[in-house]
Amino acid sequence: MSKHHLDYLDELEAEAIHILREVAGQFEKPALLFSGGKDSITLVRLAEKAFRPGKFPFPLVHIDTGHNFPETIRYRDEMIARLGEKLIIGHVQDSIDQGKVVEQKGKNASRNALQTVTLLDTIAAHQFDACIGGARRDEEKARAKERIFSVRDEFGQWDPKRQRPELWNIYNGKIHKGENVRVFPISNWTELDVWNYIRRENIALPSIYFAHERDCITRNGQLMAAAEYLNMDEDDVITRRNVRFRTVGDMTCTAAVESDAYLIDDIIDEISASKISERGARMDDKVSEAAMEERKKGGYF
Amino acid sequence: MEILKFITAGSVDDGKSTLIGRLLYDTDAILADQLEALHRSNRKNDDGTIDLAILTDGLKAEREQGITIDVAYKYFQTDKRKFIIADAPGHIQYTRNMVTGASNSNLAIILIDARRGVVEQTNRHSFLVSLLALPQVVVCVNKMDMVDYDQATFNQIVEQYQVLAAKLNLKNITYIPVSALKGDNIVNGSPNMAWYTGKSLLNHLETVEIPVDDKASHARLPVQWVVRPQTEELHDYRGYAGRVSSGTFKVNDKVTVLPSGFSSTITKIELLDKVFDEAVAGQSVTVHLQDNIDISRGDILVSSHAHPEVSQLIEADLCWMDTRALDTSLTYLVQHNSKVTRCRIQDVLYKFNINTLDKVYEEEFKLNDIGRIILKTAEPLAFDVYQENKANGGAIIVDSRTNVTVGALMLRAAAD
Repeated sequence: MSKHHLDYLDELEAEAIHILREVAGQFEKPALLFSGGKDSITLVRLAEKAFRPGKFPFPLVHIDTGHNFPETIRYRDEMIARLGEKLIIGHVQDSIDQGKVVEQKGKNASRNALQTVTLLDTIAAHQFDACIGGARRDEEKARAKERIFSVRDEFGQWDPKRQRPELWNIYNGKIHKGENVRVFPISNWTELDVWNYIRRENIALPSIYFAHERDCITRNGQLMAAAEYLNMDEDDVITRRNVRFRTVGDMTCTAAVESDAYLIDDIIDEISASKISERGARMDDKVSEAAMEERKKGGYF
Repeated sequence: MEILKFITAGSVDDGKSTLIGRLLYDTDAILADQLEALHRSNRKNDDGTIDLAILTDGLKAEREQGITIDVAYKYFQTDKRKFIIADAPGHIQYTRNMVTGASNSNLAIILIDARRGVVEQTNRHSFLVSLLALPQVVVCVNKMDMVDYDQATFNQIVEQYQVLAAKLNLKNITYIPVSALKGDNIVNGSPNMAWYTGKSLLNHLETVEIPVDDKASHARLPVQWVVRPQTEELHDYRGYAGRVSSGTFKVNDKVTVLPSGFSSTITKIELLDKVFDEAVAGQSVTVHLQDNIDISRGDILVSSHAHPEVSQLIEADLCWMDTRALDTSLTYLVQHNSKVTRCRIQDVLYKFNINTLDKVYEEEFKLNDIGRIILKTAEPLAFDVYQENKANGGAIIVDSRTNVTVGALMLRAAAD
């Protein structure tokens, strides 16, 4: 009688690799949605495990708002060069130029909401039938109910009422033309699992995840990186702060947290501690904003 | 650290929401916004404590607005283990939801109301747990506070359940008297039930052995993808990528490819930059063989010493999951591991009355019906008996008109 049990990170990894290989086996034109954040960086490592020494059976797709952190773009380009894989970039600027979306105005203007249109156009242009994403079920309640293979209609919509039962490790990827499937290989991972995996695998991350000195302004109680993309005026006071970013999105909507976490061990300690404070009902604005950020990120997919 | 996946079975009246809420609350697994909502809420129990059922009732409100269906997954962890709860709501589509949730679980918690004992619903839950072959069962006799924590009441229910368990051939059952509402024996022990000397529910979940099915030790690896770089330096590289579904494969093991029947020897097991002497159940790997055999996605590598059944005519238990009834004149698709082929339900042998556990002889197969059928497939399936090897004995049926998953199959035996 076999009594082997995999360690939890090994089990989560094996499950994710299995899902990635199912995508490769079941779809004609899959793609991996890459945002430059820790979750999609983890997906890239899992794809290496699933398909090396072969090529990835899909390109990476980055929806570029044009307002990214320069550190993220640098990381992305270095990673692609190292991997030797194909990168497709969908530019939100193109959607603006085509008149499909309108740039927001005012102090809180952000391109975050605009990128969904660019994403759907990019999917249509390349006729992707499966899009792999790094969303996790622990991110929010609605995600807790989403399948690992999540069918989207021709408008990219998720219909929770039409979800297919998902049994054992069998994933049904059959779709009609025009539909696509969003696939979430790390559905069963928590934020802390991702960090522990990154530490174990020694995966490099964009530098903004780690504490650094940066010019910041305060917006709606949040610390934002001072950048030309932000609509700043004379009321905005620039201060030098020691910060890091918990998620990686666009500069206009990704808030910083003050932090001295220079190493991955520090980050893991920080997240573990902040979870306790979150759960201890001593929630301050900063933490709740970070949670909001996570949710927005979920909405992207 | 290991992961334990479990499902909770019980209607809202049995205290399922409160039990899950209590587990999450007492293990600090509740997110800030949920906790805040909990404290803001005016719903309080009679004694002024927070109503933990709100944690899952929040989801129910969404369901009433038509947002939610089926299973939600919840995550928590302690120092000893990580847990994934498949939270299948106990409503109208009960059977389908529970089958879905149970298919991925190692353990089922069956809630029994101490005031009512074993009821029809308990039969139903237990039948499904038996059908889906969950290796561990915990019977939580809940609401012990409502029966004055009476030991005789608990013992009586245990005796009742033992009769049912024997009938269903359920094994590895643990009985725990609890009050989810008051927290007795959920995370901590209970001063109210000094007569109970066993573990609390959480302590049991943290320490219970997660058994690997006895006969599941036969090595199986469904091939998902052939890694074939065909570059200058890797001209002859040919790796078979897949996840070991049961047993262990070692380098130098003799393996057979099914359904073709060709045999070879494993020369290498690897994953990215790691090389392994062996690969165990659950592990995703890439395997190399000594001989160049034609192997593609949908084939399965098995130990040459223990072959599964290979057949196109298979007796199976079927749970129907679609609002359109089963049509025996139609051709469906069957998906077993990485293999997809056409199929027909050739014969409906009988259905189960899952409340009384009796056999019913009628042809019509509707939503949530479970019964025994004969499946005919266009290509042979290489399968194990589900009750002995879940990983290689489960399959789904897909309606090729709608592409929806309409049936769950627990394969039993070759029928030809």
